[in-house]
Amino acid sequence: MGRKLLIHNDKVPGINTLEVYRAHGGYSSVEKALKTMTPDQVTDEVKKSGLRGRGGAGFPTGLKWSFLAKPEGVARYLVCNADESEPGTFKDRYLMEKIPHALIEGMITSSYALGAKRSYIYIRGEYFYVARIIEQAIAEAYAAGWLGENILGSGFSHDCCVQVGGGAYICGEETALLESLEGKRGNPRIKPPFPAVAGLYGCPTVVNNVETIAAVCPIINMGGEEYAKIGIGKSTGTKLISASGHINKPGVYEIELGLPVEEFIFSEEYCGGIRNGKKLKAVVAGGSSVPILPTELILKTAKGEPRLMTYESLGDGGFITGTMLGSGGFIVMDEDTSIVKNLFTFTRFYHHESCGQCSPCREGTGWMEKVLKKFLDGTAEESDVDLLWDIQSKIEGKTICPLGEAAAWPVAAAIRHFKHEFLEIAKKKKFDDVSHYNRLNKIHA
Amino acid sequence: MGAQVHGTQEFNKSKRAGIKFSDDAMQTVQKIISNYPEGKQKSALLPVLHIAQAEFGGWLSAETMDYVAAVLNIKPIEVFEVASFYTMYNLKPVGKCVLEVCQTSSCWLNGAEDILKYIEKKLGIKVGETTKDGMFTLKTAECLGSCGTAPMLQCGASYHENLTYEKVDKILNDYKAEGKQKNYTDLDYKNTL
Repeated sequence: MGRKLLIHNDKVPGINTLEVYRAHGGYSSVEKALKTMTPDQVTDEVKKSGLRGRGGAGFPTGLKWSFLAKPEGVARYLVCNADESEPGTFKDRYLMEKIPHALIEGMITSSYALGAKRSYIYIRGEYFYVARIIEQAIAEAYAAGWLGENILGSGFSHDCCVQVGGGAYICGEETALLESLEGKRGNPRIKPPFPAVAGLYGCPTVVNNVETIAAVCPIINMGGEEYAKIGIGKSTGTKLISASGHINKPGVYEIELGLPVEEFIFSEEYCGGIRNGKKLKAVVAGGSSVPILPTELILKTAKGEPRLMTYESLGDGGFITGTMLGSGGFIVMDEDTSIVKNLFTFTRFYHHESCGQCSPCREGTGWMEKVLKKFLDGTAEESDVDLLWDIQSKIEGKTICPLGEAAAWPVAAAIRHFKHEFLEIAKKKKFDDVSHYNRLNKIHA
Repeated sequence: MGAQVHGTQEFNKSKRAGIKFSDDAMQTVQKIISNYPEGKQKSALLPVLHIAQAEFGGWLSAETMDYVAAVLNIKPIEVFEVASFYTMYNLKPVGKCVLEVCQTSSCWLNGAEDILKYIEKKLGIKVGETTKDGMFTLKTAECLGSCGTAPMLQCGASYHENLTYEKVDKILNDYKAEGKQKNYTDLDYKNTL
């Protein structure tokens, strides 16, 4: 049984209310930070913890905070990225819906460290009802004096607001998010300048994922060094994993980093194995943009070592035989799944979500979707596999923001590991959609 | 589409005559504007467009967008370029209930296509169409963050998850019986698991 630091109280009745959250030790990190620590000491603890951004990129949070420019007389902002949209990822939604005060507590403690008098929680528009839950929690926090003027008599004042988006995956990219928060189209900005220097309204800004901000609370409570003892190497602490697909027990699990992938998929404590007695075929381990891996490579590295749920182990072998922990969106596919059709749903997604600023992404995603559609229609040629490879290679690294990579990587990985499936369809001139046919009736039989 | 026709202020004023936020909505709008520093009221645009869409028939006409521009003291084109970028804003009239069926990976793996076909057959419309009685518009959506409870559909603020054909029957019957326009901003969302 792994330790849980974020959602250990998720089943406690009323934990969404301030009263119950507080009774279970809530807001103690705010007390500790504001009463006994300087802002720099809070940042130091986060540095010591080894916490890495939980949104997908895995950048060290303490380091990101230390980049924040602090010119005299200029406002600084903390912005929470709650624009969770990476296919396969629903952990932030779970955390905000079940324990909204965990996010707000993290916002206050983090804002104290950064010297931010105002913070925004930018939440995807589709999660409107979650925004209501957060707004309710913020109102409770104001009423109890955790937000507003002179919190706990410390002299630190803070305001926190929710902003809903309008439905655009690209706003999960931090500069697109800032554009959107300013009431504009979600077009990513050219960097530099980075948000730490010129972010929201041109002011120094830190943008952190929901889970990252919530993780600051246990880090301050237990101390960065204690937190860093959990996990392996540079993958410290716990991580929320959103498990979905053909597993017996889909849902959000908090794991200690370092858990073997095999245990995560097959143990009763987590996914509970593959549904309907089927065999495992492939896993997308960190949200749609990370490379898909076949069974033999997701359970063990190319060197034959057990694959672990860490940034390093999942990345072992680079993109040739490895993948990424990413956002922790863990999609499991059984033996009947068509990798080609799954890829089509990903590529259609990226085509739909491309903001259109950079032509390699705007045109390339649409082109890839069209070529993949030919496979589903049974009209593809064998040479179309090479064409797909060519297109993805011309998107990667040639765009302002990482959506280009996010769209290219799944295509490259599917071809790298499952080229035979593409060739088989092209040879037969027919796509047998066994993976999907009557799936629903089977599931709910 | 709409907001290209600014230019003649008089024309827009006359067409705008019937478009005005209710007192409650205006209060919410003012509260949202106060969330941002002075002079940064444009930040309120996305949330205010959601309110406008809910208030004025479930979609954003050129007149509605012009009205929002006036309320926020920004140019009409600034409203249109945003409204046309984000998927949640409807720039054409829609049915009272917009059914958005998620179709990305995890939902597809769990039978989203079957759900979509079932709804198409049941309502007698294709994706992108509206039923003759104006009750339902059917859409597909990209990942709505409900992968562990797939397949799913969103209608207004409500998430309907772990869908089966029987659940779809009930959801559609309930919406039809209620007969009300469903908005993202609704406070009385009814999620079903």
